Amino acid sequence: MSTMLDKSHIEEDIHPESRLETWRKQIGRADLGPLPILMGLVVIWIIFQILNSHFLSARNLTNLILQAAASGTMSIGLVLVLLLGEIDLSVGAVSGLCGSIVAVMNVNLGVPGPIACLIGIAAGAAIGLFQGMWFTRFKIPPFVVTLAGWLAWQGAQLWVLGETGTINLRDPFIVGIANTFFPPVVGWVVGLLFVAVFAISMIAQRRQRTAVGLGVSSNGALMFRVGIIAVAVIGTVVLLNSYRGMPMAVIIFIGLIIIFDLITRRTTFGRHIYAVGGDIEASRRASINVNMIRVAVMVLCSTMAALGGIMAESYLLAVNQSSGSGDVLLDSIAAAVIGGTSLYGGRGNVWSALIGALVIFSISNGMDLLALPSSTKFMVTGGVLLVAVTIDAITRRNREVKGK
Amino acid sequence: MIFLPRRYTNLEGGKMDEKPRSPILELKGISKRFGAVQALNNVDFEVFSGEVVALVGDNGAGKSTLVKCISGINTVDSGEIFFEGKPVEICGPKDTAQLGIETVYQDLALCDNLDVVANLYLGREEISPILSGAVHSLNEVIMEKRSIDTLKTLSVKIPSVRSVVASLSGGQRQSVAVARAVMWNSKVVLLDEPTAALGVAQTRMVLDLIKNLRQQGLGVVVISHNLVDVFDVADRIIVLRLGRRVGTYITKNTRSDQIVGAITGAEFGEVEEVTNDNGNKEGSADEHHVG
Repeated sequence: MSTMLDKSHIEEDIHPESRLETWRKQIGRADLGPLPILMGLVVIWIIFQILNSHFLSARNLTNLILQAAASGTMSIGLVLVLLLGEIDLSVGAVSGLCGSIVAVMNVNLGVPGPIACLIGIAAGAAIGLFQGMWFTRFKIPPFVVTLAGWLAWQGAQLWVLGETGTINLRDPFIVGIANTFFPPVVGWVVGLLFVAVFAISMIAQRRQRTAVGLGVSSNGALMFRVGIIAVAVIGTVVLLNSYRGMPMAVIIFIGLIIIFDLITRRTTFGRHIYAVGGDIEASRRASINVNMIRVAVMVLCSTMAALGGIMAESYLLAVNQSSGSGDVLLDSIAAAVIGGTSLYGGRGNVWSALIGALVIFSISNGMDLLALPSSTKFMVTGGVLLVAVTIDAITRRNREVKGK
Repeated sequence: MIFLPRRYTNLEGGKMDEKPRSPILELKGISKRFGAVQALNNVDFEVFSGEVVALVGDNGAGKSTLVKCISGINTVDSGEIFFEGKPVEICGPKDTAQLGIETVYQDLALCDNLDVVANLYLGREEISPILSGAVHSLNEVIMEKRSIDTLKTLSVKIPSVRSVVASLSGGQRQSVAVARAVMWNSKVVLLDEPTAALGVAQTRMVLDLIKNLRQQGLGVVVISHNLVDVFDVADRIIVLRLGRRVGTYITKNTRSDQIVGAITGAEFGEVEEVTNDNGNKEGSADEHHVG
């Protein structure tokens, strides 16, 4: 492949490209970051608002965000697996199984809520470890291992739930995860703290770079970025406060995204995830422990699936035999891909879990408001996923054709 | 068979007079067999600091095997390896890396999706502790600064050290791969076909980089099929044929048809037929001349 790539450069100049040229090439490569998908989200919101004036109400958007939080949490784990260039098909079943374990522990066996949740999360981690070991030990692609897992964990879920079928949750801790709303002041404190930390870290980074004589972006660009973030955060806080306040589930979800964003972008572990997703052989030669990275990512993915399962059952106040089945798996994969994480590995970031989940649930929520039948909903969601994957594939092909 | 080593010992004698110092890396009597194939047969090899040696030969001559023996991917069946005059044992790639020998393979082994800085530091990232060492974070500032410095020292020109490798041209990628190999205090660097599939300007860029490495005092071994590039950049040319070293030439005293002759065997005849009476042949006369 590399030979083919190299040939396309034969005529190319070795001089540095002008900034305009770089910019033009980025457009050609559709390498605009999250901009297109954010614009898509705005378009979706405008369309649904025109069709139904309740869509952009504080009440509906709060519900939308709560729906997105559980699925988006699962997407965080999937983003990590996708960055490796692999896939995990068992996340839906794992979320259902771990949710059921928590419910059975708490309701049937009387285990306190927090401990039941920890057991459920540990079960998720153990499943990830098992699947990851199977993948690396026997060299079976995760696609197949987790496909088998999908069925097996679904069976385990039926077995765990036993005769009862549906279990209703009453434990204040478990129910509180998705049903706690903080008073407005908490929302403001959390929101402003977020903006402040973001601004301070940007400025600190700038200072460090200036200190060793590296180039920095202009003051205007810095202010612009901080400004955009501030507007988005303050807008969200105002919106949530005007209904029932800042939901705890949102704080958990965004907190997890920030943690995993830092892990993927700022640690050697995260750097090595991208490296393995980019080129396994290059990673190996750089003495990266490829199998360790793979197992760790599979563990994190299943752990996040378990967390997502707990958040979902908390939101729905119950768990049953179909929890985690249906479109749960596809929603979380679709969210990661729509948010801009490549199916081919090595490209994307954790924030795509948030953006993608918002897109998916805006569409499904909007269609619910319009009382469209399931048939239409499935077809539209499928179409959106197809478009996202196609954009991903075209981006990739453009890069290869241009040897980029 | 007995004859060849003696002849090259003579040759090295002449060589030593010209450069009265010991090679940084020296291999003596290296043999390597893969099943029925004798890939390397009693081969000597040496490279000095501040010198570019080209290793040429037809397909199957044993160039790649020799490089893999040096870089530790293959272990030798017999023979000795000396590094800075001391005998060393090379059992794996880690041993060579510790000695300061780095290899740049044809496939470059770069992660296309990462930027230049990340690739230069892949597997050796600079980190700084946070919260009194409880966790760490990548020290991007230091890595970026040092990457820029390294590339400047090597006169490598790329649009930005923050461009992803996928957006670089073939020559730029090759340069990044070479920079990564030499930026960790390497003393010897082996380059496998560094100019294959590159255009004219790109090739020039890589050859300039190789000359730059020589100036920095590294021992550089270049495997190449392209004799024009070899004559441009190499100080000495070592020719392998059918697993043996059949000639060593000082580039400035050599014509390319002599090398072609040595590669194809037109000058020496078949290796198996080389005997004592071969000494009068044109080829060996040339060698004594150039040595």
